[in-house]
Amino acid sequence: MDYILVGIWKACELIFSLDREVFGITLLSLRVSAMATVFASLVGIPIGFIIGTEDFLGKRPLITLFNTLMAFPTVVVGLLLYSFISRQGPLGHLGLLFTPWAMAIGQFVLATPIIVALSISATQGIDPRVRLTALSMGANTLQTALTVLSEARFALISAVIAGFGRVITEVGCALMVGGNIRGYTRILTTAIALETSKGEFAFSLALGFILLAVAFLVNIFFHWLQGRRG
Amino acid sequence: MDNYQFAVKDLTKFYNGKKVLDIPYLIIKKGTVHGVMGPNGSGKTTLLSILSLLTKPTSGRVYFDGLEIDSHGNNEFRLRREMAMVLQNPFLLNTTVEKNVAYGLRIRGLSKREQKQKVVECLDLVGLAGFEKRRAHELSGGEAQRVAIARGIAVTPKVLFLDEPTANVDKTHIDVLENIIKELNRRYRTTVIFTTHDLNQAYRVADEIVVLSEGKIKEILTTQVFRLKAEG
Repeated sequence: MDYILVGIWKACELIFSLDREVFGITLLSLRVSAMATVFASLVGIPIGFIIGTEDFLGKRPLITLFNTLMAFPTVVVGLLLYSFISRQGPLGHLGLLFTPWAMAIGQFVLATPIIVALSISATQGIDPRVRLTALSMGANTLQTALTVLSEARFALISAVIAGFGRVITEVGCALMVGGNIRGYTRILTTAIALETSKGEFAFSLALGFILLAVAFLVNIFFHWLQGRRG
Repeated sequence: MDNYQFAVKDLTKFYNGKKVLDIPYLIIKKGTVHGVMGPNGSGKTTLLSILSLLTKPTSGRVYFDGLEIDSHGNNEFRLRREMAMVLQNPFLLNTTVEKNVAYGLRIRGLSKREQKQKVVECLDLVGLAGFEKRRAHELSGGEAQRVAIARGIAVTPKVLFLDEPTANVDKTHIDVLENIIKELNRRYRTTVIFTTHDLNQAYRVADEIVVLSEGKIKEILTTQVFRLKAEG
């Protein structure tokens, strides 16, 4: 029980002493996950919108596919990405392996199906009168789509939060394609895994609490955004 | 043709192989109030949807302001901007009354100042002055209906379509809505086309009444003719 309290104490100490290494790790975690979430949202929300609002052959199997991909194991994504960007892989010449870019790409792959699947649900649940109202008021195709998305904004923000939650906490993919290099690709989750294996429970716990605090603050920000846009 | 807002020729609409609308000829004059009357399933809403370019007819021609509406939809978007439709059960966006009324103005790129001015004017016309900051989802059915009408008239359309505008409104507010229809036609010379079940309401509000039955025009009454008929 003591080491939990020590962990909390150490977390406070590390936060308030502005420990450079911990700050660097936290900032990198945020940067990589934010980048992955932003790109996954830019790709995932329009795809989810199209699947959710249009009728076409193969729509149901596609929805099932995205729902299945939500549970894509992080290590499998890491493995697939590794095979592509390793020196022998087809994208090996880009030199992405063991860089923050590789981690961001991996996290993008993880977040996109979640955002797509939840965007499908969000837009499917929208009252059909929204589209009709927009068209009857003279909206063009893009304005109509934006009106529908605006009405689905609460559910869409939840989709983005879920995507971010998935990637900020994942460890398997980041470890495989990032390599956990100190000061370069070490993020909160990979640092926790490393410190735990070294027996540094208190330090691991401290990093764990920081990770939780980061997730909490990001959620508060998104909820504030939901309230503000409402 | 100059005096005609709409001219319809050999218009048909089929749903699942069933003919729901069959109108050989119909003229709607500019600046008039037209009531489209008939029981459920008579084709009132389908006719409104076709005229407002939300639904394509199966066959036939529709002219708006003397211009044939392109069956390929080439001039559809431009012409749709000259009209506004208030649905039977209108949908208000999940935001303030002000943003709802300004919706059509915003998508037309009007400045914030112009939007604000028009919102105040239109809310005043529908008897909801001071409602700007109210949340749309907190309004009563009658208030929501009036906000939807304000949203429709804010864009100063040449034609305003109202699908059963008093269907979800309590009796005390029916008079208010009928007066709004007459006032906006008088003030802006807007052509108003509304559907109703109620012949007396059509008589009170419309200059001309199109009576539909099973998708066909049964009768076209002017208020004078209607008055003579009513007097026996």
